[in-house]
Amino acid sequence: MNDGVNGVALAVFIFFFLLVTAMGFMAARWRKAENEHSLDEWGLGGRSFGTWVTWFLLGGDLYTAYTFVAVPAAIYAAGAAGFFAVPYTILVYPLIFTFLPRLWSVSHKHGYVTTSDFVRGRFGSKGLSLAVAVTGILATMPYIALQLVGIQAVLDVMGVGGGEDTNWFVKDLPLLIAFGVLAAYTYSSGLRAPALIAFVKDTLIYIVIAVAIIYIPIKLGGFDEIFASANDKFTEAGAGGLVPAGTSQWTYATLALGSALALFMYPHSITATLSSRSREVIRRNTTILPLYSLMLGLLALLGFMAIAAGVKVSNGQLAIPQLFENMFPDWFAGVAFAAIGIGALVPAAIMSIAAANLFTRNIYKDFIKPDATPAQETKVSKLVSLLVKVGALAFVLTMDKTVAINFQLLGGIWILQTFPALVGGLFTRWFHRWALIGGWAVGMVYGTAAAYGVASPTQKHFGGSSKEIPGIGEIGYIGLTAFVLNVLVTVVLTFVFRAVKAPEGIDETKPQDYTADAGDPGVQVELPPATAGSAH
Amino acid sequence: MVTPMRVVIALCLVAPFVAMLWVGSYAKTDPLFIGIPFFYWYQMLWVLVSTVLTMIAYKLWQRDQRARSAAKGGASQ
Repeated sequence: MNDGVNGVALAVFIFFFLLVTAMGFMAARWRKAENEHSLDEWGLGGRSFGTWVTWFLLGGDLYTAYTFVAVPAAIYAAGAAGFFAVPYTILVYPLIFTFLPRLWSVSHKHGYVTTSDFVRGRFGSKGLSLAVAVTGILATMPYIALQLVGIQAVLDVMGVGGGEDTNWFVKDLPLLIAFGVLAAYTYSSGLRAPALIAFVKDTLIYIVIAVAIIYIPIKLGGFDEIFASANDKFTEAGAGGLVPAGTSQWTYATLALGSALALFMYPHSITATLSSRSREVIRRNTTILPLYSLMLGLLALLGFMAIAAGVKVSNGQLAIPQLFENMFPDWFAGVAFAAIGIGALVPAAIMSIAAANLFTRNIYKDFIKPDATPAQETKVSKLVSLLVKVGALAFVLTMDKTVAINFQLLGGIWILQTFPALVGGLFTRWFHRWALIGGWAVGMVYGTAAAYGVASPTQKHFGGSSKEIPGIGEIGYIGLTAFVLNVLVTVVLTFVFRAVKAPEGIDETKPQDYTADAGDPGVQVELPPATAGSAH
Repeated sequence: MVTPMRVVIALCLVAPFVAMLWVGSYAKTDPLFIGIPFFYWYQMLWVLVSTVLTMIAYKLWQRDQRARSAAKGGASQ
């Protein structure tokens, strides 16, 4: 891999990196509000983003560097099975169309910054809110670590990753610098920094994909050739294929559905959503966000191109960076690498902000210092965002990469277990709060145990995310099975707790809160958006 | 309250789920499109179809909300 440093590519990469660094620091002054020492300002960009900023922010947030590396890598390794990412993102939008506007409205009305804030307000249960917060933080941490893995892959291919024999400090220095800079501007600018940088990231990504999807097939002799050589490879290996076989169709469908349900349970997706200015911004976004799905589909096809181009890597994650290096002139390879590198910075910033908000609001304020002022909250959040990033960095540098990947896989299963409390709570108060905790616990335990028991040719545990579904006998996504179990337990326990008249907790929300909108003439908005949180 | 418009909205939002989760309906290579197997271009096509469906749902929802608030305003006068 390391046959010398690719100077031109590296220069282009550094140019873009410096550009976004400058933007990151300047972002603090963008749309600045008078009261900057509130969590609404630092952690939600003043809840002021319009349709386009939200679109870029959500796109920059959900389609991470790891996505760009991992989705084509999965196709490269297994063919059709990796394409589930496309139906997954197709299903996300009709799904969020139905529930996100409700979450936006109720959060806007009551000054909620996190999903746990809402759960606590709705069910009057700090325990349930803590469960949701801890799940969110646990699921986000490895995700941040994987962004680093994405940057590492790019640095490796450019030849600055260092060989096996280089000193660890020299080897990891570029990564340390990148993360130090990221941490600094996230600390000073909050959510405004990734929002501004997301423009650069997405523009670069769209340019790279548009060029790659036209230029590479021409060089490789068209899509017929590409799919023919991919087919040869899969037939020869006796694994994978161009079309999922009958038995793997359940896996394909359950992975798509389970991942779609999980996506907007992640704290960073919610942070980006709540930063939007109005309810309409969100609905409108569900109609333009699919543009990213189209891009993802095209990107996935690059996995086949890597096969046809004869890219041979032992670590599948390097397939796409290596394909770019082989096919593009040096300067454009640099642009492509910059796109992936910046693609890691944006989500890493948002994720660390989201995790920090969860800690501050639902652990620090609820359990440690209930009388914290908005300024104190902001201070704690800023510090925690630093800690979270340092933690992720230590994780990646000291442990094997597969650990981060295993945890991210688990994170997906775990975060899905918060669905009944959050989405259920948005539509009905029927579920009992203790039943929701019970269902959550069962889902977490089952999901973790089931994932632990999956072996793969290279790993004894956590070898994959699918397993036989009990009672059906087909192979399906563990997260979805755990989710179904979770819902069943929640429903049964709700009947039990209602029968014994267990205290239900106080619901501080009213039905009309769920449809309130900033711009609606018929709805009285009690608090202007910029102060909603500080007045809470 | 179930109105014909809301049924259409629901159908628009449910259709992608039916189409995408029924993997057997599109797990095949032919017909090819510029060399791309059916499996792949069909799902990419659904990105566009579901976008159009969500857009229709959005427009209808807006109209539904306007009609509702107009009805409410009229009743209170």
